[in-house]
Amino acid sequence: MHRLSTYGLALVGVLLLWTAPARAIDIQEVVSPGGIKAWLVEDETADLVSMDFLFQGGESLDPVGKEGLAELVSSVLDEGAGDLDSQAFQRILNDKSITISFGAGRDSFSGSFMALNRYRDEAVRLLKLALTAPRFDEDAVERIRGQILINLKRRETSPNAKAGKALVKTLYGDDPYGRPGGGTIDGVQAVTVSDMRDFVTRTLTRDRLIVGVVGKITAEELKPMLDEAFGGLPEKGDVPVLPPVAASSEGGVIVIEQDVPQSVVSMAQPVAIDRKDPDYYAAYLVTHILGGGGFSSRLTEEVREKRGLAYSTYAALHDTKRSALLMAGVSTRNDAVAESVEIIRREWAKIRDKGVTAEELENAKTYLTGSYPLRFTTTGQIAGALTGIQYYDLGIDYIDKRNGYLESVTLEQANRVAKGLFDPGALTIVVVGKPVDLAATRPAPDIGG
Amino acid sequence: MRSPFYLAAFAAVLVFSITVRHADARVFDPETATLSNGMQVVVVSKRSAPVITHMVWYKVGAMDEPQGKSGLAHFFEHLMFKGTEKVPAGQFSEIVAKNGGQDNAFTSSDYTAYYQAIAADRLELVMQLESDRMRNLKFDPKEIETERQVILEERRSRTENRPGARLAEQADAAFYMNHPYGRPVIGWAHEIRDLTHEDIKAFYDRWYAPNNAVLVVVGDVDMGDVLPLAEKYYGSLPVRDVPDPVKWREPPHQADGTVVLRDRDVTQPSWSKRYLAPSYLYGASEYAYPLQVLVEVLSGGSTSRLYSSLVVQDKVAASAGAWYSADSRGPATLGFYVSPAPGKSLDDAAAAKEAKMADILRDGVTEDEVQRAIVRLTDAAELAKDSFQGIARTLGAAVTIGRSAQDVEAWPDRIAAVTVDQVNEAMRHVLTNQGALVSKLLPAAPSTQEGETAGKEKS
Repeated sequence: MHRLSTYGLALVGVLLLWTAPARAIDIQEVVSPGGIKAWLVEDETADLVSMDFLFQGGESLDPVGKEGLAELVSSVLDEGAGDLDSQAFQRILNDKSITISFGAGRDSFSGSFMALNRYRDEAVRLLKLALTAPRFDEDAVERIRGQILINLKRRETSPNAKAGKALVKTLYGDDPYGRPGGGTIDGVQAVTVSDMRDFVTRTLTRDRLIVGVVGKITAEELKPMLDEAFGGLPEKGDVPVLPPVAASSEGGVIVIEQDVPQSVVSMAQPVAIDRKDPDYYAAYLVTHILGGGGFSSRLTEEVREKRGLAYSTYAALHDTKRSALLMAGVSTRNDAVAESVEIIRREWAKIRDKGVTAEELENAKTYLTGSYPLRFTTTGQIAGALTGIQYYDLGIDYIDKRNGYLESVTLEQANRVAKGLFDPGALTIVVVGKPVDLAATRPAPDIGG
Repeated sequence: MRSPFYLAAFAAVLVFSITVRHADARVFDPETATLSNGMQVVVVSKRSAPVITHMVWYKVGAMDEPQGKSGLAHFFEHLMFKGTEKVPAGQFSEIVAKNGGQDNAFTSSDYTAYYQAIAADRLELVMQLESDRMRNLKFDPKEIETERQVILEERRSRTENRPGARLAEQADAAFYMNHPYGRPVIGWAHEIRDLTHEDIKAFYDRWYAPNNAVLVVVGDVDMGDVLPLAEKYYGSLPVRDVPDPVKWREPPHQADGTVVLRDRDVTQPSWSKRYLAPSYLYGASEYAYPLQVLVEVLSGGSTSRLYSSLVVQDKVAASAGAWYSADSRGPATLGFYVSPAPGKSLDDAAAAKEAKMADILRDGVTEDEVQRAIVRLTDAAELAKDSFQGIARTLGAAVTIGRSAQDVEAWPDRIAAVTVDQVNEAMRHVLTNQGALVSKLLPAAPSTQEGETAGKEKS
């Protein structure tokens, strides 16, 4: 069943941030007799099992001209498999309150699964069928294709979607990261069932599978479940791993005119940092101080609290295995766009030139370390974190160590990193709306629509 | 809401209809108490993580605003973060953040709630902060004016930039002839601009009191941990004279109406139709449980009556379904929506939906459909135990609107007791002998298939 989702700018389908429980989360590595590996956290709060899994290789691998292939597959995979047609398959999911859903990220194809234990065997059987014997009946494919096209069409007039599309196109050009997430209208129309079968065979393979499981289930019970769900998948696929890509640092202002009362502004600059960089946590902290969650960031203070220019404004470090960006955004009435953008640019330069204070750094640390356990309050959240930690290869002890990485960042390190990180001149700024007194410095890219 | 989603309040209410559990066991197992000054307390122990969700709910929402003062409850919610003698403006959230917590608030027509998610050992701290602002708020004129601009931006983001949201607002206003549910929770822009500092102060004095509030704590604590602290911080606040809210009634809906919004940014037309319905606390409340089962039959997933017939079989619609929530102080709405499949017109899709509902109304839903819906609903109650926020919101909303924690616990049993005859009787009660409001969202250029004139019409 197609989920009427918003795609946003997310470059990958996995969580980028996770956080640190005061009480240890005990992760076991489980390997099934058939060789399927999973991380498991036993949690007996409710009589259910949540599982999160992903296959590396997502919509960035959609062939040119078939943009949207991964998205279409993710939405049709639960529309019938084996001898169960769409309605028969969905009826069991509904009647047994089983969640089986799939999602296409930039670099991954993910799935989530949740079932009450009394329905677990049936749920696992359906998951296996969906992964290994999807039907792709014409009826179901065309119905879902129609729903996806409606969503893509809707995004052509959404200021937020347009800003996102123009920003990634400008930053990444012809690289797959320059494509709109979720595909294009032409691409979705061009995808054939044969393309979809090919995608499943090549991408949904055991060598690129990552699994996290949380719930009332023991390691011994999990092993046969893993073999049942994933054992029937091909051992290896042949899709490539894309190399890193740097976003454009040319910067400038792009304006896309739309007659709406509030302009949407999205901006980003490239940064050279990844998860393995010793300065990663320093970069994460200083970005949080500039525009992170909660109500105490510099941008929120300057744009919202002092001047009432916007309801929300943010900055965030957005990193994948292929690329990293510093992003920011604000939505504000058309005659306040110029001022809001100016404030964000000024704060961008200020944090580079003057750094952060010892107090700001301390506050950011206590917030980010103290709030870590709040990220682990549902089984689904924990399962997602288990998958994300494996995807980024952060280590099975990451949850215990993560707060220590943040604590160890010194003021000198934070300010050295801030100096190298923030570059207001490299900011590509996209405005969708009717901004007053803000001139474009470069033309808008072609985003269709 | 102060940040993301005052609409989340409505979402929570909708979610409630699929949130509680199984006939042979308890749902959330809440403990309840009442402080010496009348403040109600609900605690749920959930030991799966060393954290708590702490919420204070006030029995005042947008429906309690004076005429001409729409948006006041929501505006006031924003101002609760603007400082007391002890905690200056902006410090509330900063203190919470420094302690590793997250905080926010939301407003609905029925209530206003404030919450913090934080480590369990910070319970006393958040109680200290929350009880302080229940009585000691300062009103700095400059802060109020800045916040007014923030709220107008919030309104632009949520409503004015979105044709679908603008239509929803117009449809609510056209649907309710008398009940204040017809006013947008965020307020009309011109009334937000006109709210005075006196309006704001009077609203606080009138409604914000411990005897008009409910404390909900969910997490790694129990009543033994919570009650002494609650008595210390909340129980010490004086009882205040809180007026009885106006019990608004909606006159019979005798006329049918249609509201049409055309906008050039609309790419996919959509249609909805709503009927006045009883809730747990309004009208023929014995139908509240059968109506939840009905909506599950009609609209629960892709094998439901409406989706499977209109979308899968007849291929006339891209989406189709129904909505209903019983959890409100005032009347509820039973609504239907449909959006055309590619190549079909909105009128085709709407006509197909009307024909399908006419069949169902004539023949009734079946015993098998009702039993399957009951299993799904009671299963959903069990799944709901997974979420701290979900538990706190479900219980908080129920108790705040005047139901009890025991009502929430009894939900699966009451759902399981619903019969097919009750479902069909409830359906006929709502769908026959009263007017309904249709709303249509259309692209700006009139297509040959739609006969409407532009603008809003109400017959």
